[in-house]
Amino acid sequence: MAFISSGYDPENPMKDRITDIGPRHYSEFYPPVIKENKGKWLYHELLSPGVTVHVSETGDEVYTVKVGGARLMSVTLIREICEIADKHCDGYVRWTTRNNVEFMVDSKDKVQPLVNDLESRKFAGGSYKFPVGGTGAGITNIVHTQGWIHCHTPATDASGPVKATMDVLFDDFKDMRLPAHLRVSLACCLNMCGAVHCSDIAILGFHRKPPMVDHEYLDKMCEIPLAISACPTAAIKPKKVEVDGKTLNSVEVNQNRCMFCGNCYTMCPCLPLSDKEGDGIVIMVGGKVSNRISAPKFSKVAVAFLPNEAPRWGQTTAMIKNIVDVYAADARKYERLGEWAERIGWERFFDKTGIEFTHHLIDDFRDPAYYTWRQTTQFKF
Amino acid sequence: MAKHETPLLDQLESGPWPSFVSDMKQEAESRAKNANNVDFQVPVDVVDDLMGILELSFKDGTTHWKHGGIVGVFGYGGGVIGRYCDQPEKFPGVAHFHTMRVNQPSGKFYTTDYLKKLCDLWEFRGSGLTNMHGSTGDIILLGTVTKQLEEVFFELTHNFNQDLGGSGSNLRTPSDCIGQARCEYACYDTQDLCHTLTLDYQDELHRPAFPYKFKFKFDGCPNCCVASIARSDMSFIGTWKDEIRIDQDAVKAYVAGEIRPNAGGHQGRDWGPFDIQKEVIGLCPTECMRYENGKLEINNKECTRCMHCINTMPRALRPGKQTGCSILCGAKAPILDGAQMGSLLVPFVEVNKESGYQEIKDVIEAVWDYWMEEGKNRERLGELMKRQGFQKLLEATGIPAMPQHVQEPRHNPYIFWKEEEVEGGWERDVVEYRKNHLR
Repeated sequence: MAFISSGYDPENPMKDRITDIGPRHYSEFYPPVIKENKGKWLYHELLSPGVTVHVSETGDEVYTVKVGGARLMSVTLIREICEIADKHCDGYVRWTTRNNVEFMVDSKDKVQPLVNDLESRKFAGGSYKFPVGGTGAGITNIVHTQGWIHCHTPATDASGPVKATMDVLFDDFKDMRLPAHLRVSLACCLNMCGAVHCSDIAILGFHRKPPMVDHEYLDKMCEIPLAISACPTAAIKPKKVEVDGKTLNSVEVNQNRCMFCGNCYTMCPCLPLSDKEGDGIVIMVGGKVSNRISAPKFSKVAVAFLPNEAPRWGQTTAMIKNIVDVYAADARKYERLGEWAERIGWERFFDKTGIEFTHHLIDDFRDPAYYTWRQTTQFKF
Repeated sequence: MAKHETPLLDQLESGPWPSFVSDMKQEAESRAKNANNVDFQVPVDVVDDLMGILELSFKDGTTHWKHGGIVGVFGYGGGVIGRYCDQPEKFPGVAHFHTMRVNQPSGKFYTTDYLKKLCDLWEFRGSGLTNMHGSTGDIILLGTVTKQLEEVFFELTHNFNQDLGGSGSNLRTPSDCIGQARCEYACYDTQDLCHTLTLDYQDELHRPAFPYKFKFKFDGCPNCCVASIARSDMSFIGTWKDEIRIDQDAVKAYVAGEIRPNAGGHQGRDWGPFDIQKEVIGLCPTECMRYENGKLEINNKECTRCMHCINTMPRALRPGKQTGCSILCGAKAPILDGAQMGSLLVPFVEVNKESGYQEIKDVIEAVWDYWMEEGKNRERLGELMKRQGFQKLLEATGIPAMPQHVQEPRHNPYIFWKEEEVEGGWERDVVEYRKNHLR
């Protein structure tokens, strides 16, 4: 493995340096039918799960075939996507915000050969490479974070639970039988790089043990004032400790005040909190970002804790499937999961889903908590 | 023969959904075989070791990645996430496994030429694994060694005309919905606004000068497909001021059952015949519509543009023509003080390509000036707004208060009157006062 230079000279980093050029211009990548009809689209229609036609005022049409997939993607797989796009789509392809891939063709007769090609491709292990679906009143791909594959603060994995969940929800990826679309998201800790807090169903990694304190190294590796100020509940204070007869500067954690956010660990590697028994999953439900009918909503905690059960997270996926099926059977057409729960009342939500309501689900965190208690005599028995 | 046994990961190869494990295995095999004689610049077994360390995490229920070290490219304070594993002896291939964020093109359209070249580069100088895409929007090149960072950056800038994205306390890579490129709902050109602001604010994107991260996202309509209202410090959501355009013949066709409602989005179940009263008129949140004698009427003055009627009958209804965007501020995930949704700051502003979007940039820069002056270290804009109050944001941006800014007026009368708002000011003479008020 001999080092091969790109032309960069480490002795002279400013030589020929190019910076601040930003991304490539979007218009370089538009397929011709998009370039010619941008801003002229009249309407769209979902022809079948995963297949949409958009019709332009010029009379042009674009047919989009949407496929799901893992957002962790090898160059081998991307090359295969390119091969398909070269064969069917004149060398253009697009990704969506939710990690789906979209193949576009400009006439209807090109759709079925493309769909057949996509659906015929499978990994050696047996799963689909490019399942077509994820449109309309169904379930589309899960947006998620890195998890154990690449992050230092996760309380669960991301790719693993996402694969396990989508296997369980696969029929609803391929169908549009739900009352409204249902968005599932995963964030592997409450930093929520995935911003799951407004999803119909959110899978959230959560720690439950306060940080350990690595006294011997803390002052060497951390800025103590930053670690202290990082704590939102002021649970960390400075402390002098004796280690091997030496007095060291360190910190003390008031464990009863800890909300397990891991913010201290982000600032100080000597306060690790991940733990096999402590870490697991919170299920939140009923959020949305669309302004359709009702305002955007935050997701609410429905299940305070489920253990990390690698590799298939059985309790988590069973719980999600249960919530989806109860919602599908009970909600009205157009009703999002959160709108349904509010209409029937959250007490009914717990009845119908059979989820146990525990004290953990009553908010006791600062200001918003009060507004979530019941200040009326109207409730259901 | 796989380098590490991965019995737990192997169980994720079955089932219909695309298996990332199968994909990693094919990449590991491809590197081992090396059919194209690539002179790999990172360990050939990097993917094997990544699977090995992930298997270990599946077994012991914890991560094996350490905090990011301070690595990057010269002159930039973002775009690279340093990453080291905590078991380097067992998994030397991923001992150093840094991520590079590549600023995606607005709209995420690609040519295969571009992607194939990028694949060649990342197979040669990295792990061959990516995220398409990261949560914020970048193409994530997952895993390389420190020495390759400058090499990849040099190749990107010289051979791809392509820059890195943001990380750390700076402007994060802006992202947008598909917009007018392929959506009839888009009220402005999200791709052009996203691209233009990304270029105009390259310095803010590459060189951390903010109290904390700052995100822009661009949604073409109130459906909010990129979730800007939930996850961006400044959210730009397309809207309109005039009347929803109605094609009465198409309305009749929906009523007659000739066109499927919701663009066919409910076709997986038999919901019975379309009922415009129940499904559109009755669900309108402002009750501003009626359908009588075969004619749909909308009292547009009372409409709050929720999109439901348009989503349900896209061939009959379209947003108005006087379009622009609303700007909302302060959305963020729960850390630290609870989740926040964006709060409406600018109800309507024209999205004016000709002016270089100056009207929008004026708002952005006023918000930044305020946040950089008042924000504490690691305080998001939304948290500052909560700490100091929405009125401070109005003062900073020179925007007059209006009822659109609130869901309802305040619940308490504890108004922090300013001296200049009170007749006669606050300076008074207690001696004069005592002439009429004995002690």
